Amino acid sequence: MSEASEVVFIEGGRVIDPASGLDAARTVVLRGGRVAEVAERVERPRDARAIDARGRWVTPGFIDAHVHLREPGQEYKETVETGARAAVAGGFTSVLAMPNTVPPNDSVAVTQLVLDRAARAGLARVYPVGCISKGQKGEELAEMGELFQAGCVAFSDDGKPVSSSGLMRRALEYARTFGAPLAVHEEDLQLVGKGVMNEGPAATRLGLKGNPAQAEEVMVSRDVALAELTGGRLHVCHLSTAGAVRAVRDAKARGLRVTAEVAPHHLALTDDDVARSGYDTDFKMAPPLRSEADRAAVQAALADGTIDCIATDHAPHTAVEKALEFDQALNGIIGLETAFPVCLALVRAGKLTERRLIEALTAAPARIFGLPGGTLAAGAPADVAILDPGAEWRCDPERLHSKSRNTPWKGTSMIGRCTHALVGGNLVYELARGER
Amino acid sequence: MIGTHRHLTGLEELSREEILQVLDLATSMKEVLSRPLKKVPSLRGKLVVNLFFEASTRTRSSFEIASKVLSADAVNWTASSSSVTKGETLVDTARNLEAMRPDVLVIRHPCGGAPRLVADHVGCAVVSAGDGAHEHPSQGLLDCFTLREKLGTLEGKTIAVVGDISHSRVARSDLHSMPKLGAKMRLCGPPTMMPIGIERIGGCTVHHDLREAVEGADAVVMLRIQHERIGDPLIPGTREYSRLWGLNARKAAEWLKPECVILHPGPINRGVELSPEVADGPRSLILDQVQNGVAVRMAILYLLAGGSPEVHPAGGARS
Ligand SMILES: [Zn+2]
Ligand SMILES: [Zn+2]
Repeated sequence: MSEASEVVFIEGGRVIDPASGLDAARTVVLRGGRVAEVAERVERPRDARAIDARGRWVTPGFIDAHVHLREPGQEYKETVETGARAAVAGGFTSVLAMPNTVPPNDSVAVTQLVLDRAARAGLARVYPVGCISKGQKGEELAEMGELFQAGCVAFSDDGKPVSSSGLMRRALEYARTFGAPLAVHEEDLQLVGKGVMNEGPAATRLGLKGNPAQAEEVMVSRDVALAELTGGRLHVCHLSTAGAVRAVRDAKARGLRVTAEVAPHHLALTDDDVARSGYDTDFKMAPPLRSEADRAAVQAALADGTIDCIATDHAPHTAVEKALEFDQALNGIIGLETAFPVCLALVRAGKLTERRLIEALTAAPARIFGLPGGTLAAGAPADVAILDPGAEWRCDPERLHSKSRNTPWKGTSMIGRCTHALVGGNLVYELARGER
Repeated sequence: MIGTHRHLTGLEELSREEILQVLDLATSMKEVLSRPLKKVPSLRGKLVVNLFFEASTRTRSSFEIASKVLSADAVNWTASSSSVTKGETLVDTARNLEAMRPDVLVIRHPCGGAPRLVADHVGCAVVSAGDGAHEHPSQGLLDCFTLREKLGTLEGKTIAVVGDISHSRVARSDLHSMPKLGAKMRLCGPPTMMPIGIERIGGCTVHHDLREAVEGADAVVMLRIQHERIGDPLIPGTREYSRLWGLNARKAAEWLKPECVILHPGPINRGVELSPEVADGPRSLILDQVQNGVAVRMAILYLLAGGSPEVHPAGGARS
């Protein structure tokens, strides 16, 4: 990524940088692609570029630890470029690209392709995630060493749980060589069965097969035990249940190297919303929307740090793949451009502090995956999000930047929006004036 | 229209009054069926398309006869539920059929919610003839009709539904209608066949012991046990099932009130959920259900296809 030599002054905003403990009106100065200083009063040279951030928040660029960019192989759903464009429009200046592409990212060639496409797009920073197993088949270990050296920052068979306990054990052990976490999609497929939504009263009412919350808890508990056995680093993807929260809380209390993420939809929606939507397949994803008690548990766990970070699990699918029977529609929803307002609603509801929200979107994922950024400390990459926490807008899927439109928030009004995103000091996104 | 509804995709969304609207009209329709010449011109020129993604001779024939008695044209369209693999989605199929300008599309589908998906994409009225484990509204209505006919009313009556509740759209439609007419429901079956939170729909209690469920009941609805559930594994086998949850002459004599009636949506697994003596015995309303099914479906089609009032069968239609 080309680093800007231009000097940028972001003036008048409320700077929230949990990593450096800062929450105050400040001017952020970017120079040479890095944060030069964050100060109360700085003289702006004539040739410097100024961005007026009055009335807005200035935060480190968000980092999304869980995004499906679909390239290579499914460019009809999304490409690295369109996904990165959606990312910066949502305030995300870095994303981790999940490896379940076609072919999956179990080779240096695919890793390199993703990195090349990202560099060409010049938008968000894209960090590839490599496969845990060759072809995500759950049989043999992928060549993690080569993938790591080529630029993968974590390993995952996301989309598919690692069913074999034996393979999971060896993967956790082997990945210790690189200190990289295994980002795991936790569902016991035997318990999931043919379930297409959370097992509970809503599924019963809709006559849809249920996927019990314990399908997640069983796997998280297994992998916590394996993390203890191996000393490996476990990162639980899109944690959705109260039981899994208990397992992670317990693991952390015992000092195990376990971290977790939660998706905005699991924080905001429940299985009752599936019922209310009338079988709308934009409410179908894996793991599914859970019960009210589960939602309350993941909200509390995010607030108290048991869940470390927010990750969108942005999963683009075309209308053709969604306009189907609920049983047959593909799992997943897009999330990059709605994450901030959806999570900001939790702050307004008193479930989360502003500081913790921003930390979960910035410093926490940077720490887990060892990424530069996630802070506005002097010397950090000049990756910045400017957010209008009061901006009201209507989510019109046609106007989103993702190639796909599968969002449960279509047509709803949202509060909070990214107005600018800078990556390496370059202004890569600016909300059109007419939309502000 | 049934009340305010253009489609009939479930009984959950129908009010007591809307249910009674169908049942009352079905009473007039049943009168038509008793005439020597079973035909009224109420839906002349209307087209009913039966789109079935699951084999069901019984329900399809019932809708077909109902259409013909009302002088509507009926077309049967049998499709594969694995339509996606042959490249045509359910919405594609529905749109293709819509091009034939039907007035009512009757759809049976193995996936819950499929009729609703179709209703969102076509202009004509959509009637669910059963979708997955969701609802089977015409069956629920004919069960209500049959019970009202035999018991006089459902008000204050106790009705037991026994069998695989988790996979049963009939149980759900009964549960969404009978309590609205004043009945108390008891659901019974092995815990593996009892879906979580079914009691939250309301109006019912959950039982695992057959005797507890049927003693003192005014009616018992026995559900069909599907052979594919064995080894699913919801039950160890049909022999044990029939011993614990099946109804035979001895249990019926010892546990049921003398006036208690028995319903079954059919087709029966003789010797599994019902022994032949009970299925064919004096308590059984199974054949009444079949006949009433036509009358209820006539009422549904009439209301949704916009039958002309001057040829309303109760209004002295010329036959
Ligand atoms: Zn996943
Ligand atoms: Zn994912």
